[in-house]
Amino acid sequence: MRNTRDTNLLFELSETGRRAHRLPACDVPERPVGELVPASALAAAPPALPELSEPQVVRHFANLSQLNMSVDTHFYPLGSCTMKYNPKRNERVAAMPGFSDLHPYQSEGTLQGMLQLLYELQEYLQEISGLDACSLQPSAGAHGELTALWVAATYFRDRGEKRTKVLVPDNAHGTNPASAAMAGFTTVTVKTLPSGTLDIDDLRRHLDNQIAVFMITNPNTVGIFEPRIREIADAVHQAGGLVYLDGANMNAILGIARPGDFGADMQHYNPHKTFSGPHGGGGPGAGPICVTEKLAPYLPAPVVIKTTEPSPDPSLQGRETDRYHLDYDRPKSIGRVRAFFGNVGVLVRAYCYIRTHGPDGLRRVSENAVLNANYLLSRVKHCLPVPQGDRCMHEFVASAAKVKTEKGISAMDLAKRLLDFGFHAPTVYFPLTVKESIMVEPTETESKETLDAFADTLIRIMEEDADLLHDAPHTTPISRPDEVRAARQPMLVWPETY
Amino acid sequence: MKPENLLFAKTHEWVAVANEGGQKIATIGLSAFAVEALTDLVFIELPKVGRQVKAEESFCEVESVKAVSDVYAPVTGEVIAVNESLPDNLETLSSDPFGDGWIARIKVSDDSALANLMDHTAYQKQCEE
Repeated sequence: MRNTRDTNLLFELSETGRRAHRLPACDVPERPVGELVPASALAAAPPALPELSEPQVVRHFANLSQLNMSVDTHFYPLGSCTMKYNPKRNERVAAMPGFSDLHPYQSEGTLQGMLQLLYELQEYLQEISGLDACSLQPSAGAHGELTALWVAATYFRDRGEKRTKVLVPDNAHGTNPASAAMAGFTTVTVKTLPSGTLDIDDLRRHLDNQIAVFMITNPNTVGIFEPRIREIADAVHQAGGLVYLDGANMNAILGIARPGDFGADMQHYNPHKTFSGPHGGGGPGAGPICVTEKLAPYLPAPVVIKTTEPSPDPSLQGRETDRYHLDYDRPKSIGRVRAFFGNVGVLVRAYCYIRTHGPDGLRRVSENAVLNANYLLSRVKHCLPVPQGDRCMHEFVASAAKVKTEKGISAMDLAKRLLDFGFHAPTVYFPLTVKESIMVEPTETESKETLDAFADTLIRIMEEDADLLHDAPHTTPISRPDEVRAARQPMLVWPETY
Repeated sequence: MKPENLLFAKTHEWVAVANEGGQKIATIGLSAFAVEALTDLVFIELPKVGRQVKAEESFCEVESVKAVSDVYAPVTGEVIAVNESLPDNLETLSSDPFGDGWIARIKVSDDSALANLMDHTAYQKQCEE
């Protein structure tokens, strides 16, 4: 079935003189190009582009696209990434010309629909987080972290406080310490306990007048809701610090718990996770942030505001209507972090998702995400122990340490072998606090049958011969890339080093 | 060096302390257990010679295909030598972790942190847990 010929490199498929087009005869007088372009700007030879027919090009890319795994083609339980299904309705809406054909330099009066949508999205995100103000500008979750830390730094500077440290738990996403370092802070690691929750005594040891921000992911990366989050937040606040919530795991608590209510001062959202924007491709993404009232003046400018004023439409005879504006008059703002209003395409999808579900629907999203994760946990824990216990939120972290010791089968082997059965692998070797970790996040959009099929496969794989697993995957075009050589001696150019 | 004669930190560094001309010199490396747990190594960032380090401070980074990990200084003092050949021969870390795979030598100014280190038997017990 698989066409392996047409997925060769385009350069290998090339035949001199082959074309995918034929230009009509020129109907104006021809002149040598040397007369039109100065010699210094002319190349000595044409570029070495591959020469192919149209069907070859189409087959090449159509076949390549099928070598990939995606949410549309496979179950994708990649922990921490919330690979839920992206409803196609949101794609259709985001592609409507009223949204997609707008130009950011259009006058405000002609952008009212889009501005209303963005304003309402700000309001929804504030409501879901229990925080007071919102910026839609940051273009990714980590960018949201960085923006919020800049907001915090500016807030402290404005108050005349010199605070240099950001605290991050040892099971945090790597972006947390990276964002802190980029924002000019020193990162200090706080330990977690074997139970998977924060070591509050260790946190207290680090709390002094140098603490600017404590960054916490809740539920955390092992899928546990910090039971003492309020106490943790109070301790940070007493030391004069701010609490940042990494919103990567918001899919577990929508409509159930609000970060603002459990003590967070700032948070970001990952709309591509929580609100079903498409993942990957390097963007364009979004990482909106919400903050408390006292931090609102420092948010990036502009934000979208609403006023009530007489309508400019003559047929309404000056009747009061809602008007939406971009507010640049924010003297304490940290300034722009992104051109225009951020990547609005992703924001339109998030808006559609929120409106489609409504408050009750969003709560059910989280309830089902947690239910699915717990069901899968209960199906696999007898062969893949879950060190942090029998219950989880939206994801769980199992350990292959036992099967590694007994049979020499590692988390990597299991992940690679799953590909042969048409399942995307879970996240492996993160967080580092669990040995041979396998982090599974099924999301709410999967059926019980899919979860059963995945659990059955995982259990079956663990019974297989260890050598078969060491060489897996057996059905993909490339089995195991040489990761060490790829990192140390990457080949980035064709054909010189090919 | 024989691992039985070395001291070990909780964070998997080994230390050999020698008296050279009245000065305590600590040679530091990573234990065989740690190197195996890190899996395939791709990069090491050695400390600069002359750097003052404090005990339990991260002074070196090793990167594997899995993650970047810190190497912590087991003693306080000045880095007087680093194993320059390591970055291009990372396999030495796994082939001879307690010998040619040494990472740095520190002129010890305060050896009180040595009291927190384990002997080989105690360290092996920690690794088994």
